[in-house]
Amino acid sequence: MTSYLFYPGCSMETSAKAYYESLIAVKKTLGLDLVEIDDWNCCGATEYLGINLIPAYALISRNLALATQQANGSRTVVAPCSACYLNLAKADHYMLERPELGEKVNLALQAGNLFYKPGSLEIRHLLDILINDVGLEEIKSKVKKPLRGIKVAPYLGCMVPRPDYKKRWSDHEHPDELDRLLSALGAEAIDFPLKTHCCGGHMPQISPSTAFELIRRLLHGADLYEADLLVTVCPMCQMNLDAFQAETNRYFHTNYKIPIIFFTQLMGLAFGEDPKELGFGRELVSTEFALSRIGLEIPEPDGSKVQPKRAKKTGLPMPTMPADEEAHK
Amino acid sequence: MLANTAPQTTNPLSTVINPNLRFLEEVSGATAGISRLEMCIQCGTCGGSCPSSTDMEYTPRSIFAMLRAGLREEVLSSNTPWICVSCYHCVVRCPQEVHIPDVMYTLKSMAIRAKLYKDATAPDFSMTFVDMVETYGRSFELGLATRHYLKHFPLRLPSMAPMGLGLLSKQRMEITPHRIEGINQLKAILQLAKELEAIE
Repeated sequence: MTSYLFYPGCSMETSAKAYYESLIAVKKTLGLDLVEIDDWNCCGATEYLGINLIPAYALISRNLALATQQANGSRTVVAPCSACYLNLAKADHYMLERPELGEKVNLALQAGNLFYKPGSLEIRHLLDILINDVGLEEIKSKVKKPLRGIKVAPYLGCMVPRPDYKKRWSDHEHPDELDRLLSALGAEAIDFPLKTHCCGGHMPQISPSTAFELIRRLLHGADLYEADLLVTVCPMCQMNLDAFQAETNRYFHTNYKIPIIFFTQLMGLAFGEDPKELGFGRELVSTEFALSRIGLEIPEPDGSKVQPKRAKKTGLPMPTMPADEEAHK
Repeated sequence: MLANTAPQTTNPLSTVINPNLRFLEEVSGATAGISRLEMCIQCGTCGGSCPSSTDMEYTPRSIFAMLRAGLREEVLSSNTPWICVSCYHCVVRCPQEVHIPDVMYTLKSMAIRAKLYKDATAPDFSMTFVDMVETYGRSFELGLATRHYLKHFPLRLPSMAPMGLGLLSKQRMEITPHRIEGINQLKAILQLAKELEAIE
């Protein structure tokens, strides 16, 4: 078993719980030992960097300093979230490139009796570990139920293949790592031209029209290629494309219903794990139809209450169209 | 910030007469890493690669020309850095390898300090997010979303309610924030970091 220092990031415990659950389910099969960094803090996402420079880098570097203390032979930090991965990598990279930044950050870290030597850790994304350390042959050998008959749009988003300080990816704009992984699982990966286009990032909260257009492009692209699913490697991308799909549809009067799931969830299915253990059912756009194509049924997650559909409209009298009357009879 | 490390080769008198003469150097010096902003050749690859440039008042290329021209107020009050989605398309295509999104981060922080931004939505979102992180050590989505949407997008709340309920019922949003154990350690680090930043 190879041991890695693991930085989950805030989303894995909340909005991207399905990513976390599916990762836990597949890591045993893959022989991954993920040692969580004790008492890690938020990386600041894309917000802190735009407010204060030294505090933003100190916030990120507290995690790197804690990871070094815990290192025990492993020097590699794995982050499953793109923004976390980039922030950790960025802090390490810029503190090396600009030693004054590293000095100031370390002065600040001293207030907490911490220290980080820039360049002493390797910061890598989970997909990179699976492709380059575990290897596709190994992954292929663990497949019990090949995902034949399902068409998947492989979607990486921005911050994994770019800016790519350590040149780990096959291409910055059209890398094929995720495609090859999906093929190894038996799924059909479409050659998705938008695979590293932006999901909108934090724009749903700032400039909704900007965000909805970026989301629309991706949904439209996946729809054009008749993808059953869009697979992502990032909690933010999943959130924007899944949770804001309904609002985007309303904004453009479209009706896309593209399920957005994490690549680890598909890996779990191919390894024969129970879909319930893989976080299926947590997505807002249902995967039911897509997964029925490979003969799987998706349960509701524990604790989730299904709202009973109202048989007829109640409450205030509202004007209705004849078609509505028919539907509610 | 890191401004004190910028090259000190110019006649100090000139900046006394007009501090905007060295605006580009000031921005470059305050950016993490080596920004390479001085290397921009105005080719426009950045704006052409930008997925959100259509919503920007000035494309990144224009902003870099304006920096060089010392148009401080125009640059810091434009919406350009706030519309940047940090997708890094421009960075990997820029023939001069300018760290464009990092320059945008610098412009945001300068706009906040100079209070020159026109629309408070984006700065408020960042500051609310940071406020949560400084209080708990982790992000707190429900608190952030509630505070932000009530203030800036109250009209979107009805159409967003199903999504919020969906996320809650599928246990994708926590009701209470998670506070890290070392929150006091983190606060001490950030306090000192802010003091260090204030020493220019």
